[in-house]
Amino acid sequence: MEKEEEELFVPRLVTTEENFARGHRACIGCGEALAVRHVCKALGKNVIIVTATGCIEIISSLLPQTSWRVPWIHTLFENVAAVVSGIESAYKARVRKGKIPDKEVKFVGFAGDGATSDIGLQALSGAMERGHNFLYCCFDNEAYMNTGIQRSSSTPYGAWTTTAPVGKKSIGQATWKKNMPEIAVAHKIPYVATACPSYPFDLMDKVKKGAEIEGPAYIHIFSPCPTGWRYPTNLTIEMGRLAVEAGVFPLYEVINGEYRLSFDFPELKPVREYMKEQRRFRHLTDDIIEKIQARVEEEYFRLREKAGVK
Amino acid sequence: MKKGKVVGLEGSFAVAEAVRMANADVIAAYPITPQTHIVERLSELVADGELDAEFICVESEHTAMSACVGASAAGARVFTCTAGQGLELMHEVLYIPSSMRLPVVAVIANRALSAPLTVWCDHSDVMAIRDIGWIQMFAENNQQAFDLTLCAYRIAEDNEVLFPTMVHLDGFYLSHVIEDMVLPDEEDVTGFIPEYKYPFTLDPDKPVSMGCYGPPFIYPETKRAQEVAFENTRPKILGTWKEFGDTFGRYYSPVEKYKMEDAKIALLTMGSCSETAMLAIDEMREEGKDVGLIRLRLWRPFPFKEFRDAVKDIELLVVLDRCISFGMGGPVCSEVKSALYDKRERPNIVGFIGGLGGRDIPIEGFKSLIQRALEKVKAIERGEEIETEMIGIRE
Ligand SMILES: Cc1ncc(C[n+]2csc(CCOP(=O)(O)OP(=O)(O)O)c2C)c(N)n1
Ligand code: SF4
Ligand SMILES: [Mg+2]
Repeated sequence: MEKEEEELFVPRLVTTEENFARGHRACIGCGEALAVRHVCKALGKNVIIVTATGCIEIISSLLPQTSWRVPWIHTLFENVAAVVSGIESAYKARVRKGKIPDKEVKFVGFAGDGATSDIGLQALSGAMERGHNFLYCCFDNEAYMNTGIQRSSSTPYGAWTTTAPVGKKSIGQATWKKNMPEIAVAHKIPYVATACPSYPFDLMDKVKKGAEIEGPAYIHIFSPCPTGWRYPTNLTIEMGRLAVEAGVFPLYEVINGEYRLSFDFPELKPVREYMKEQRRFRHLTDDIIEKIQARVEEEYFRLREKAGVK
Repeated sequence: MKKGKVVGLEGSFAVAEAVRMANADVIAAYPITPQTHIVERLSELVADGELDAEFICVESEHTAMSACVGASAAGARVFTCTAGQGLELMHEVLYIPSSMRLPVVAVIANRALSAPLTVWCDHSDVMAIRDIGWIQMFAENNQQAFDLTLCAYRIAEDNEVLFPTMVHLDGFYLSHVIEDMVLPDEEDVTGFIPEYKYPFTLDPDKPVSMGCYGPPFIYPETKRAQEVAFENTRPKILGTWKEFGDTFGRYYSPVEKYKMEDAKIALLTMGSCSETAMLAIDEMREEGKDVGLIRLRLWRPFPFKEFRDAVKDIELLVVLDRCISFGMGGPVCSEVKSALYDKRERPNIVGFIGGLGGRDIPIEGFKSLIQRALEKVKAIERGEEIETEMIGIRE
């Protein structure tokens, strides 16, 4: 039934091929698993995927089963970009030495926000700087979800996590979210984008672009997590939309340094609306929410300027 | 017998030459004294087109080993090298190729560990990674560093082995010293090392999942399978060394014996100081003492049979550790003691720690070790407790 509906709605636009197979162990309503599924649809079969330790790996590879219908490897938490470097270099060398034919295989890294903006940042920076031909997808659920909702540098200001708990002397996360896409841009790589599974066609277009472009490409994918953000499991798509419409997570591309907004909202929805259903924010007082609102607007309009939107 | 030519080569260049002749596809390494000359030489060989490889100039040793893992899984013949702190930074990644059966080859220019900062040789770096599941062997001179690096490829990439393999050579003592050695002809090396064909590469035409998640219902079985396979590498290692000897005229064994025929006392060493120890044995033999030398060439898998056999007729085994296991003595001494525990007939074993952080052990030093050991045996016989002594220390 489910499959038929899919074909009914989008017969010419999206393949029904699932390279990230059903039956994985993600929580109900997992935005990350949905994003992985979309990314895999866009990538197709001619790909080698490297995944970091984290929710994606744990839910998809419990021995003796696997959800991966494409070649896939996991080794550690912080070395995805390093392993991709090795695979890409091996391919290059072996093609050059005539040991294998060049089938233009794509090399792709998958990692969570922790594996990307914290522990794996050095390896990623090294791989981007060296200019390997690969696509890196960061699935940002704004905390270390796999180990039980601990804060990362990608956790938003004011959010509750188990290591940024709310208490008499704590509002939860006391630091502002690290801007990982900007860090990627600073490496002057040819392609950087943000995406969200609530906008599947936009996401898939960006993945295709990132995979096609010669050199490093980085896509930062907003991945709502009902378990960690404490919202009802049926609201995942809604959460992604609200984040984008409130300017909390703008969707844009940076192609060879040129910014382009994928969707523009001259009038942003209030962040309060985005936060309302998420219990990780429910302790926040009005003045803190106002502070967040001001920061979101400031950043959003600065981004608009970079994109040349009047 | 294949000949080759005699050349004077630094240990680091000898290793680089072996990697070139093995025609590695991917090299990922990060510089650290005293391994630097190996990476520099390899960079040069690649830059000059003498070795057709991708040289990944990584930003850390953690990445170096991770890149080797990826490259090996993608079917490439790979190489990395490091030392001391670099090996420690790699530590987490070292378990991956051994558990995933990827034949990465690494050379370590052994270096002591900080603090205080030091760049000189001892075996603290090796001893901290004993349990990583790699085949590990020690070279004592530059010829051996070259030969063993070639053999490492042959052993690691054997489809019945598929374990990463590590060659240890002492930092500075070998890495920076020029010695005469025989360089075989390239065609003969190519004949000895067949083209690498990894049976399960990451390939879109035949998708595999590698490095899956193993909860308690399956993890122990994976470890059991790994241990059985690791044990089974022993005949392959011996076979490769035999074939290498038959081809190139230089034979290697897991436990090397020197003047052990009628010896009652044996000294046990590893690495480059073994050559000084041999000179000490020569002198003591001239003085009429029944001493010989045992060197552990193969460190993992531990050569139980060959080691027990080597010490079966002696009365005293004197072990020199170039590492300290704080609160426990010398790690090699602990291991050889445990290797002999099941034997009813076994020699007295006395351990010393020396040569830390590049402190030389002269011939006299080895001679006095034997003397001190004999005194300690007397103390043991009197029922006294003895401690592991650190030699050559200024009080
Ligand atoms: C070196 C190391 N440190 C810590 C861990 C424990 N650990 C595993 S996954 C994880 C968090 C993953 O967070 P993220 O990358 O955001 O992925 P998510 O699970 O949220 O998708 C942590 C802390 C580890 N596996 N390795
Ligand atoms: S914890 Fe969050 S990210 Fe992880 S599987 Fe569950 S919903 Fe998905
Ligand atoms: Mg996360």
